[in-house]
Amino acid sequence: MTSSALTQLLAVLGAPKSAGRLSLADWDLLVRVARVASLEGRLHALIEEAGTLPEVPPAPRRHLHAARVLADRQHAMVRWEVARIHEALAPEAIPMMLLKGAAYVMAGLPCAPGRQFSDVDILVPQARIEQAEQHLFVQGWVCEGYDAYDQRYYRQWMHELPPLTHIQRKSVLDVHHTILPPTARLHPDPDLLWQAALPLDDHPGVYIPAPVDMVLHSATHLFHDGELENGLRDLADLDALLRYFVAEDPGFWERLTARAFEMDLARPLFYALRYGREFLQTPVPDSAFAALARARPSAPLRGLMDGLFRRGLIPHHWSCDGVGSGAARWLLYVRSHYLRMPLHLLLPHLVRKAVKDQRKGKRERPEP
Amino acid sequence: MTAPEDLRAGLRGAGVALQVGPFVVRLRSRLDRVERALALFYDRQLLPPEQAAFADFHITLARASGLHWLWRPQARFFLDGRSPFRPLPLAHAYPLFEWGLNWCIAQHAHDFLMIHAAVLERNGRALVMPGEPGAGKSTLTAALTLSGWRLLSDEFALLSLTDGQLVALPRPVSLKNAAIDLIRERYPQAVIGPASHDTSKGTVAHLRPPDASIQKMHDPARPAWLVFPRFAAGGRDHLAPLDRAVALQRLVGSSFNYSVVGAAGFEAAADLIEQSACLELEYADLDATLGLLNDLTAGGA
Repeated sequence: MTSSALTQLLAVLGAPKSAGRLSLADWDLLVRVARVASLEGRLHALIEEAGTLPEVPPAPRRHLHAARVLADRQHAMVRWEVARIHEALAPEAIPMMLLKGAAYVMAGLPCAPGRQFSDVDILVPQARIEQAEQHLFVQGWVCEGYDAYDQRYYRQWMHELPPLTHIQRKSVLDVHHTILPPTARLHPDPDLLWQAALPLDDHPGVYIPAPVDMVLHSATHLFHDGELENGLRDLADLDALLRYFVAEDPGFWERLTARAFEMDLARPLFYALRYGREFLQTPVPDSAFAALARARPSAPLRGLMDGLFRRGLIPHHWSCDGVGSGAARWLLYVRSHYLRMPLHLLLPHLVRKAVKDQRKGKRERPEP
Repeated sequence: MTAPEDLRAGLRGAGVALQVGPFVVRLRSRLDRVERALALFYDRQLLPPEQAAFADFHITLARASGLHWLWRPQARFFLDGRSPFRPLPLAHAYPLFEWGLNWCIAQHAHDFLMIHAAVLERNGRALVMPGEPGAGKSTLTAALTLSGWRLLSDEFALLSLTDGQLVALPRPVSLKNAAIDLIRERYPQAVIGPASHDTSKGTVAHLRPPDASIQKMHDPARPAWLVFPRFAAGGRDHLAPLDRAVALQRLVGSSFNYSVVGAAGFEAAADLIEQSACLELEYADLDATLGLLNDLTAGGA
């Protein structure tokens, strides 16, 4: 962590009032780092809540404000999309659970204001997934831009349908039936998730995960499944969720760690708490780490993962990159695939993907 | 004002800062043609470093890497190290800068309702001309700019969401194809840069904005006329009133970010319609049409 912009970004995330002390030259880089991390809108919300917005010079404030306008617009769209998805699934009584950003926004959680995102993620019971796809199709969600191989890859190996795009609105919807692919190393049971799910106020048939499961799912997505392009944003989500849930429920840490073992997601939770504390001073008690001791990686592996995640989680911006950043991201990418499926399935898939990406690179976006 | 060697050193070093309307652009480039274009078009907008601690957009124009530079050299546009578009032939490096800057503004300036329209001002009142490509908007804009109107913008109207004023974004007017010679012949005082041939818009050359437009860059203007031009070769030049509801619909249809700014954008657009005479312009002959538009300022319409 040598980049001063990164240090300042972490400082403002932790103590938004400190934004008032930054110079124009500080902002010049900070805005750009926050932008690639998809944290501009979030910064605006945090600084606004702290009452410090008037102390931010107008030039950078304009950019934070613009990102906030965009985020507010995305939230309005998400509310609209959730209502339309619900309309498609409700007549057949197919329950839907909102995940990640959509859940934060619909439940009005403290990590929502200013949060930028693009897709809506939902979970439906595996037994109903085909039916859900049919009814979403009738309402205009289609699977486009995926060839036969991709389609088969998703349907055979993944924990979700290939992403669906609405034919008119072009909004993207990810329909999951479980948290991780069936071939993954960890095996969380989606039935447990459903049993604990909470109904969303005013939306019969729409659920959000219970607080412990919401944290576990977000941690799993970040540390076991995802690409880390928005790693710091997702870590900031987790930080805000944890602070909020702990304040609501003093027994939260204990229940969270117990649930992590029950769901077979203790390792990703360990990472979330470790790097949350390291980057954002998430107030994780030592007792929580003690409870997770059995799930933490052995010392040599821990050292390796520290090296990778400390590089991979920070914004993918040239000013934050140091020695080995590119290699670390590549290794984390390979790791996320390796955790998803055994090597004999993974290698042919990666080769195929590499060839296809290279072909796609030649058909880049045309000029403006 | 910056000496040529300073411009060159700046472009090749930490970048030069340009005041482009309400935005500060920090530009770096080792390309000679970018340096020449900058010296020709932006010499009055260079900011001393102490006034440019913060830049809105950090742009680099560079030679595209890869072996094909040997037989087909290309220029690439970078915003803060990331390249959002495909490279273009090296000869189009300067138009690439202008198009790329349009993209930057359209992506980020959501404190405005942004409209694909020309804006000109006379006696404190602004004329807004949205237009489809091919409507002859740039030709008209250049002609008006060279005959006493102040240029606020060639194709990017910035309507403030807080006070309903039009904010100036004076940049070189992009002339296409036959319009280049037409403007050159009619207005000998026009300063027009070198032409770039075979772009996606045909041949493109840029007109340097007059000094007055640059000097008054920070003065906004109130909207007074909303005119939708349509070029109709061989037709009869005339202005006809346009239904306000239709005008509003067309205005928001020309906006880049109407769906992003939501209700604030609707209100700003409706206010603009309320304050403006809404007209449709059919235009065939430049002189006749300039006469019609100049008559507007004399109190007509």
